[in-house]
Amino acid sequence: MPVIHARALTKAYPSASGEVLAVAGIDLDVSPGESFGILGANGAGKSTTMRMIGATLQRTSGELAILGRDPSREGPVIRAHLGVVPQQDTLDTELTVRENLLTYGRYFGLSRSQLRPRIEELLDFVQLQDKRDERVEALSGGMKRRLTIARSLVNDPSLLLLDEPTTGLDPQARHILWDRLYQLRETGVTLVLTTHYMDEAEQLCERLVVMDAGRIVAEGSPAELIRQYSSREVVEVRFGAQRNTEVLPQLQGIGDRVELLPDRILIYTATGEADLQEIVARGHMPITALVRRASLEDVFLRLTGRSLADE
Amino acid sequence: MSISAPASLRVAEYRLRNMWRWRGGIIAFGLGNPILYLVSIGIGVGALVDANSPSGIDGVPYLVFLAPALLAAAAIQSAQDEVSFPTLAGFLWNKVFIGMRATSLTGGQIAEGVLLAATVRVVFTTVVYWLVLWVFGAVDAGTALPLVLVSTFAGICWGGFVLALTARVKDDGGYISIMWRLVIMPMFLFSGTFYPLSTLPLALQWIGWISPLWHATELGRWLSYGAPLAPWQALVSFAYLTALGLGGLLLGRRLFEGRLTQ
Repeated sequence: MPVIHARALTKAYPSASGEVLAVAGIDLDVSPGESFGILGANGAGKSTTMRMIGATLQRTSGELAILGRDPSREGPVIRAHLGVVPQQDTLDTELTVRENLLTYGRYFGLSRSQLRPRIEELLDFVQLQDKRDERVEALSGGMKRRLTIARSLVNDPSLLLLDEPTTGLDPQARHILWDRLYQLRETGVTLVLTTHYMDEAEQLCERLVVMDAGRIVAEGSPAELIRQYSSREVVEVRFGAQRNTEVLPQLQGIGDRVELLPDRILIYTATGEADLQEIVARGHMPITALVRRASLEDVFLRLTGRSLADE
Repeated sequence: MSISAPASLRVAEYRLRNMWRWRGGIIAFGLGNPILYLVSIGIGVGALVDANSPSGIDGVPYLVFLAPALLAAAAIQSAQDEVSFPTLAGFLWNKVFIGMRATSLTGGQIAEGVLLAATVRVVFTTVVYWLVLWVFGAVDAGTALPLVLVSTFAGICWGGFVLALTARVKDDGGYISIMWRLVIMPMFLFSGTFYPLSTLPLALQWIGWISPLWHATELGRWLSYGAPLAPWQALVSFAYLTALGLGGLLLGRRLFEGRLTQ
């Protein structure tokens, strides 16, 4: 039985001109133990989808089953088995780290004696043991995020939903968090996360969908998506903001496909080094040049015509 | 109405834990203000009133007349505080309600929990304040149970009303201070608190009639020193408070649930 099963899942909001489709009929199936990503720019419908999966937002139409149950009728029962890391931490900053975990566990009806050892495990897991009796307001952003993750695990969930788990964190804090999530993956918890960071999706997701304007525009593993929607390598060249447009027509015939961004030109190719030499041979000396492997960023650009960096 | 008491209790448990952090402020606020009124008006103005009307008001000294009203006001004001702040915090400030809603709790249970915890604070404030009144000789020992009960009841009912009201606040700009200046203070001043409502011009008496504080004060004076109150009036006051509280709670539960599933 899939953990998440959705067919033609739709969320519409009324607007002045009729209605706006935040999620426009998507199909999803997530199996137990999978780590699944929903990738998309801001406003693509990721968070709306997550909230419907989390049984805190009613769908407008379509089918949706979470852990085999219908969230519109069995919301509390479903939520008892979910762990949720919302975009905002929603911690009580006036209480201590431990008190936040304790009160949250109590919401699920867990007894204090059940929670005592569980909280110790979780504090160890998110490396906040030395902050246990500090008030949350004194914690850094990364620590608060880790606490929110610990909190989401307090009921031993079979499905963990993470909405933009590392947005706003510094690189080091992100890596600590990824490491923890990677460990969770190993324990067999089903992970579903939304992100607009491509590196995050590549690190954490076995399979992902790309959403754009409420629809799923591609689905597969990171490697499959790169293979399908991008070339093997990418040459990035910068000639300066003015000259990029001038140079572009003179790069014809180099690579499989050329993409002009505001600050750089991307050339999709199988032979990056050779193509870069060809550019130089044609008399164009880039200010900076880089040959790299294709990433999900390139897939996203191809599929949506937008760079995530523009967001 | 579904039975969801155990889950609401867990929300109340969280609220009490948070309240404990604020215990100093709660005690100072809950008792400081009313004691100031008790001393300045009850004793200060009271001396003046008693000197000029030897038979007293309602046949009792001014302090005795004033005490049930101050007790009900303290209960209502602590309910105002303990419902409005957590509700704004939960929806707008630290958004803890969003986190709660991701658990097996429902919006209705969260609303009930907030009111339950506020009830604990109302009971605490009322009991301690009754003791202060008793020390000052403003109430007889025998009034403890009926006076505390009726004041607490008024506080809870006001809390239910405020629950529904605050659940709709989308932007907290000034909500708390508007409530205090335009609702709580006028209610305190025009509910027959400091003088019988009948001494006000008829054009202003309606403020008392719609004021839960006036209804609670009427019931309190009747229970405290036997102020004249027809049985039907007692019934109307009781029914009015009940309707306010129960209506507020039922509406508040729906508003919480709706707002947390948007």
